[in-house]
Parts: sequence; structure tokens; C-alpha cells
Amino acid sequence: MGQPGNGCSITPALQHSGKIGDDRFPVRLSEERLKQVVVPESQIRVSDLTMAYGDFVVMRDLNFTVSKGDVFIIMGGSGCGKSTLMRHMIGLKAPARGHVYYGDVSFWESEPEEQDRIMRRIGVLYQSGALWSSMTLAENVALPLEQYTDLGQSEIRELVSLKLSLVGLAGFEEFYPSEISGGMRKRAGLARAMALDPDILFFDEPSAGLDPVSARRLDDLILELCNSLGATVVVVTHELASIFAIGNNSVFLDPETRTMIAEGDPKKLREESPDPKVREFLTRGEEAASPKE
Amino acid sequence: MDRKITSAELSLNLSGEDRLIVQVGGDWRIDQELPSVDQIQKQLESGPGLHRIAFDTTNLMGWDSSLLTFLTKLVKQCAQRKVVVEGAGLPQGIQRLLKLAAAVPEKKDTGKGAARASFLARIGESAISFVQSTNEMLAFIGEAFVVFAKLLAGKARFRRSDFILVIQECGAQALPIVSLISVLVGLILAFVGAVQLMMFGAQIYVANLVGIAMVRVMGAVMTGIIMAGRTGASFAAQLGTMQVNEELDALTTLGISPMEYLVLPRMLALCLMMPLLCLYADLMSILGGMIVGVGMLDLNPVAYFNQTRAAVSLGDFFIGLFHSAVFGILVALAGCLRGMQCGRSASAVGEATTSAVVTGIISIIVATAIITIMCNVLGI
Repeated sequence: MGQPGNGCSITPALQHSGKIGDDRFPVRLSEERLKQVVVPESQIRVSDLTMAYGDFVVMRDLNFTVSKGDVFIIMGGSGCGKSTLMRHMIGLKAPARGHVYYGDVSFWESEPEEQDRIMRRIGVLYQSGALWSSMTLAENVALPLEQYTDLGQSEIRELVSLKLSLVGLAGFEEFYPSEISGGMRKRAGLARAMALDPDILFFDEPSAGLDPVSARRLDDLILELCNSLGATVVVVTHELASIFAIGNNSVFLDPETRTMIAEGDPKKLREESPDPKVREFLTRGEEAASPKE
Repeated sequence: MDRKITSAELSLNLSGEDRLIVQVGGDWRIDQELPSVDQIQKQLESGPGLHRIAFDTTNLMGWDSSLLTFLTKLVKQCAQRKVVVEGAGLPQGIQRLLKLAAAVPEKKDTGKGAARASFLARIGESAISFVQSTNEMLAFIGEAFVVFAKLLAGKARFRRSDFILVIQECGAQALPIVSLISVLVGLILAFVGAVQLMMFGAQIYVANLVGIAMVRVMGAVMTGIIMAGRTGASFAAQLGTMQVNEELDALTTLGISPMEYLVLPRMLALCLMMPLLCLYADLMSILGGMIVGVGMLDLNPVAYFNQTRAAVSLGDFFIGLFHSAVFGILVALAGCLRGMQCGRSASAVGEATTSAVVTGIISIIVATAIITIMCNVLGI
């Protein structure tokens, strides 16, 4: 875990690698990776962010903070810009205005090398899994390890098996993404997202397209893995069951006003939010009148 | 038992000074001829004292979306004229559906469906989009140079297995189509030339015609066009599909440059394979010419071969190879550029593929013209 107080911490990534690397996995991090050992606390701050496609403003004036260890939910109706916000946070789309801070570093104003370093601290599970279709599951999970560590092939193979077994896919190493189900693809995507033991994990609609039982299992898996890894989690979703099951902090995006209209623990927002739109959303439209006394 | 469908009816009656009763009767079906709302509009225009509209549907036998569309149009016109619409006379189902349709007001600021821009504005927009696309192309070429420099410095990262796979795809697997096209082009060229040369008894010079034309330019051009249609399109489709499936995003968020990881091996493979394919195409087209020479002109195969050897210089071969190396770069760049620019839908992949082939072929023809002029100026 990070050591609070001095603004710097040892990343959980290294700690985790250290734990499993005691005997069987002598972790030899590359020089580049070693430079990442001392990093600011894994905390994200979004400040005055405006997102736009050309002249069309999707959302404006977004301000919120994701604290270390949070399971932070980005929620709102379909098409309100949740995934777009995530793309701004993970470095795929530059904002029209405003900043995304990782620690004290403004991502979009930092040098490309610094951006690379930040991006290697994060893992992303995309909506469709986004596994590289020309590679097997093992190769998908192994790629980040091959790129950023000095581990040998046999060590990488063992790590890959471990990651896949953590998500319940042991034995599927040699399968291609097209040969497995949608739920399995998501779990394999999760294994790849965790390959480098990131200290921040982003999930884009993890439950989308899954049956309720699989969705629940994936939620439990996310929670279990993140608790064990000590990672900060940002989830884009509009699935109420997931929101209440895993989220402890959130932001609500409103497509009508094109800005955020609520922030905080989703369970509290459901009970206490003064905004009827938020309560309506969080109660599946059953309560749009006034907050509970 | 089926009921006989009657025609849709509309009649208007005044009730008092300011109230118009719209009588709707018969069957309102989408596949029938229906009354127009203009009739009511004219009535509203002729009677400025009309402030209310009510409905009588006693004779309405059946209805579908056509009646709803009619009523929606009427309600909109009434709202503009500040005429009150009393919907109580309408069937319950229609009342509920009209309410539902009006529940969410039309969004005016979606940025789509704006008024059609003027001719000048459209020219301006086209010019801006041309500049943007040129900038993107130049930026892509610049990035390609940077990754190539990284490769020379030994810092480029890509999977060797991917590179070998691409080499196989754009090398060995292209041989059958290259063989077929090259033999046929050699055959056609020899046949067309033979008809003319036979008039002068100069059949043997078919070997010169086919040899020089194919080795110097046409072998490379034909290979380039085949590869633009085959491999360039394949590159664009592969990268475009990766874009749609967020696979490129996944690479980027891992800090792995798609230029380095995906574009570089493809460019490199095609640049290496194109000259080899070109040499092979030259050989096959000479073979095609020989088939015509031996089969149609009764030339001796050895004489044909010797004539070709005497006609074609090493310089011609090098010029052909230079052409093919340039075409390799252009086809790979066009395919990868369009793939990377691809949108996030299935149709975008199709557009990217088409665009890659068109860009590839155009750039091959332009490059051929430039190289030919350069050779002419340099006297080679």
C-alpha cells in the first residue's frame, strides 16, 4: 500500500509483484519500470473539464476527485458521455478545456514520457474486452509483461497462467478471443488489465451484455481483485445493481444540463440527493418526487 | 370474417363561431390514399375567428400510424396558430400515443440536421476538410519516419512473430495472383505487339517489347496495383476492425504505440517483399511473352530468351526494383493510414478499405509518372 504523508508512495504494483515474486517469480523490473517505483498517490482529480466533439459540447465544467482506494462510479443515462469522460481520463482524447490530474501532474499538459509513465500505472477493461484478436489469451496477457519487464519467457508464462486463473480462465491460455464467450472475453480483458499490477483500474460498462448472474460474478471478481491489489477503481456503468454492489463514490452526468449534477456515495445519493433526476435514476424511475425524510 | 376496408374520410363542420369539428371516418391505413391536412389548414386560414378544434370519430372504422402522423401534423400547425386542440373526441389509444409522442420535446441542439449550408460555405468546409486530411496524412508520414528511425536505432518494439506473419501474407501468399496477372499481362503485351511487328517481319522484337516494358515499369506497376487491392485493403481492414473493437485503444492505454507495433512491421514487410514480388512478376511476364512468341510466332524459345537478355539491361532491372520499393512504401502507408483513420462502425471499415485501395493506386500512378520523368531527365 502507499505510504500517505509525504505525497509519494511505493506502488501497489511493485508490492504485489514483490509478494508473488518471493520465490517462484524473481521479479526483475526493467530500468524504465524501476523509474516508476516512486510515484505520487494514485489519485485522480478532474478539474473544470469540458469535453467536446468539434463544436458539439458533450459535458462541461466537470470537477471531481477520485481518492485512493475508491471504487468510483461514473454514472448517467445512455449516451450522456460516460465513456467519453473515461476516454479523457485514460489519455485517449484530449479535453476541449480543463485538466485531468494524476497526483500533482496534469496529464494533458505533461511531456509524452510522463504521459507514458502515467498510462502504464493504469489498466483498462474495455466494454467489448478489446482483446487483440490475432493473439491467444495467453499472448494477450503476456504482451504488457514482455514490453515492460525483463522477465523470461517461462516466468511470463507462469504469471500469465496465474492472472488467467485469478479470473477463472485457467486452461484457456491457447484459446483465441473468437473462440470464447462474451463473459469470458471480459474476464480475459480483466486479466490483461491487471497484467502489470496497475494501481488504477478503469472499467467501461463491465456488466454490459452479460446475464444477471454473470454480471454479479464479474462485479464480485472486480471487487475481490481490487481489494486484494489495493487498486483504485473507476467504473463506467448505468447498471444499478453494479453501482450499489461495488461503488463507494460516484459522479452523476446529466445529458440535459450537460454537466455533473451529483457526486458522492451512490447509496447516499439514492436516499438523500436533493436532485429528483438523480433519485429517479437510482431508483429506476420509481421515485422522482421528494427525498426520503 | 374479414371486414371490407373502407376509404379514409375527412369532413369539417363549424360548431359555433370559433370551433371546428373535424370528422374522421372510414379506415385510415398507411397503404391507402389519405386526406391531406392542408384541407384543415385552408379552413383555419379562411376563418380567422377559429380558436378551437375538436374531433368526431364516431365513423372511424380502423386506424394505424397514418392517422397519428396526420394528427401530429395538425397539432403542430394548430400550436403555431395558437388554436386549441381538444383531443377528447379521439379514441383512447390515439390520445395516449399523441401524449407519448409529445412527452419529450424535440432536441434542437443536437448539431445534426441543421439548415443546409450555402454553396460557398460548403466549398469552405470542403477546403478545410482537405487541409485537415492533408495534415493528418503528413503527420502520419512523419510518425512513420520517426518509427523507422527508431527501428534503425534498434529501439522499435514489435513482435517478431507478427512481422513474419505479415511477410508471409504479403509475400508467399501473394504469389498465385501475381503469377496469374503477370503471365496474362505478358501474354497480352506480346500479342498486341506481335500483330504490329508481324507486318514488318520483326516478330523477334516481341521479346524486346515485353522484356523492357515489364522489367522497367509494368512489372512493378502491376505488382503494386495487385498489392494495393490485396494487401493494402487487408491492412486497412485489419487496423480498421481493431479500431472498431477498441484494440488500438487497448494498445495506446498500455503505452504501446500502434505506429510502432502495428504499422512498422506492415510497412517493413511490404517494402521487403515488393521488390521480390516484382522480380517474380518480371519473370512470369517474360514467360507469358514467350508463350505467345513460341506458340503464335513460331519463335525458338532459346532465341526468344537470348533476345530478351540482349534487350534488357541491369539498369532496367534496378529501375523496376526502385519502382517496386517505392510502391511498397506507398501501398503500406495508404493501407495503414486509412486503417488508423477508420471510424468506429462496420461501414467505416468498408470506407477505409475502399479508400486505401483508391489512395494506393492513385499514389502508384503518380509515383510512376514522377519516377519516369526523373529517369528521363537523368538519362537512365
